[in-house]
Amino acid sequence: MKAGAKIGMKTSKIRLFKDKTAGSVMWIFTWLSVLLVVLMGIGLILKSLPILHDKSLWELLSGAKWKPMRGDFGFLPFIMGTLWVTAIAILWTFPVSLFTAIFLTENSKRWVKKVVFPALDILAGIPSVVYGVWGILVVLPWISDSLAPHFVEYSTGYSTLAAGIVLGVMILPLLISLFVELFSCVSVELREASLALGATRWQTTKYVLLRKTFPGIVASVTLAISRAMGETIAVLMVCGNIVQLPTSLFDGCYPLPALIANNYGEMLSLPLYESALMFAALILFAVVFVFNVISRLILRKIEQNVS
Amino acid sequence: MMKLKFFEEKAMKGVMLITTLLVFLFVGSILYTIIRNGWRAMSWDMIFSLPGGGFYIGKEGGLLNAIVGSLYIVGASTVLGLIVSIPVVFYLNVYLKKKSKLASVARLAYDVLFGIPSIVYGAFAFTIMVYFGLKSSLAGGIIVITLLIIPIFIRSMDEIARQLPSDLLNASYSLGATRYETIRVVIRQIAPGIATATLLSIGRAIGDAAAVLFTAGYTDNIPTSLGQPAATLPLAVFFQLSSPIPAVQERAYAAALILTILVLILSILGRIITNRFSKNRIQ
Repeated sequence: MKAGAKIGMKTSKIRLFKDKTAGSVMWIFTWLSVLLVVLMGIGLILKSLPILHDKSLWELLSGAKWKPMRGDFGFLPFIMGTLWVTAIAILWTFPVSLFTAIFLTENSKRWVKKVVFPALDILAGIPSVVYGVWGILVVLPWISDSLAPHFVEYSTGYSTLAAGIVLGVMILPLLISLFVELFSCVSVELREASLALGATRWQTTKYVLLRKTFPGIVASVTLAISRAMGETIAVLMVCGNIVQLPTSLFDGCYPLPALIANNYGEMLSLPLYESALMFAALILFAVVFVFNVISRLILRKIEQNVS
Repeated sequence: MMKLKFFEEKAMKGVMLITTLLVFLFVGSILYTIIRNGWRAMSWDMIFSLPGGGFYIGKEGGLLNAIVGSLYIVGASTVLGLIVSIPVVFYLNVYLKKKSKLASVARLAYDVLFGIPSIVYGAFAFTIMVYFGLKSSLAGGIIVITLLIIPIFIRSMDEIARQLPSDLLNASYSLGATRYETIRVVIRQIAPGIATATLLSIGRAIGDAAAVLFTAGYTDNIPTSLGQPAATLPLAVFFQLSSPIPAVQERAYAAALILTILVLILSILGRIITNRFSKNRIQ
């Protein structure tokens, strides 16, 4: 009896020891992975210090001259390129994804969802470079042959508009799934109350659903914007890569990720150039970080309110 | 006369139908373009042979270097990624309480990491590689893709693990099991979820070009050690498409087709697993 209890004590000690050890190993893994985001931020800041020492932040952000060999590092063309491309993408995908999401959650039959969701899955899964190929084969000829002749004399198709279209298709599945999730958070009773008062489905959508989910919609769009800003390869393939402030939709542009992708790795012999490219990465990192934290916190609050 | 609100209802429904059809139009257009152009350039040689001498001026050869390189990188980083992320998911959901601060901060951090562009991952990883004196290599590609998929793994597995009923954990504890032993109960519940999450993350990892652009390099051979550069499918598409020679561009389409097929297979497998195994789940 006594011996048995002793053995029992021993095994339970071993079991507790295992429990504790496993716990601390997991704790380490968890912290390490969380710290990755901090490390990345610090690394990028350290690497962009040389250029920040050399020039003021304002000078870098508002300068329009980009001549690395002569020491001119103005990021404005790239920042404007990123903003333009992202704006075009969001402007057309926002209504499209909003209406599609409303259709899926409010107005459609079951079988429609069964067909649309796999299609969205495919769209979400297609690699960025394949979108680029599609852009070159379909969007560019469409712009240069059908659209541009109505507005400008000549366009190769490689343009801000092309980048915005391709980028929009890429963020479409993300935005739709965010909206669908958001709309399914609104309780059925709320909709029924509105319908019972004689409102049509669209009136219910307009006055109940959209009003109720407005903060969530803003957060979802913010999230989509931050995703769109960092998209590299597909945009790079169709945007033209011309260092200029885009003045028309048919002008080429040069977004920040494209700048990094095209030049990094080659120019490391020029220390200031490398630092400049890391500064570009830092801008992207900072914007994405802030946008993500804000929108995630809003979305989380909405989720909590529901449950 | 039709009342305005009914007219509005009809009109809006029409708009919704159009936007939904637009989504299908995009899916159809992309798949059709890739398959049509890719199929023309596709041959057994494309899949099973290395680039020959005059490959980049349009002579014979295939994409085996890129296919194998992609599989090496994705295979290794999937294993490494799972080794890190599975413990994290268990820690978040079994060891930590539901309202733990650490869990909340950690989830936010993974969300942010998930949102960080892969080009930033690439630039960051490359700086670290330079710091340690590593050149663009298979090892570099594996490191950056591992970093890239860890947040995706954790996020998607966590989503499933969070739905575990706390009764299940309590039942296990009340039988005297430790938290570590309870993991054995949990793993049965979330195994299909882990499988799906893995497949979807692989799909994202295999298609990512920006992260491996500096870190993995490009080569015509199959790497035989971790220190050698490795070609990848997305970069094969990217580099060959920028060639002025039509025959080389054709191969970019073939590479794009191979890549798309791989990703589609992964995504379909993921769906099948979720549908088949979610039956045994306790809701």
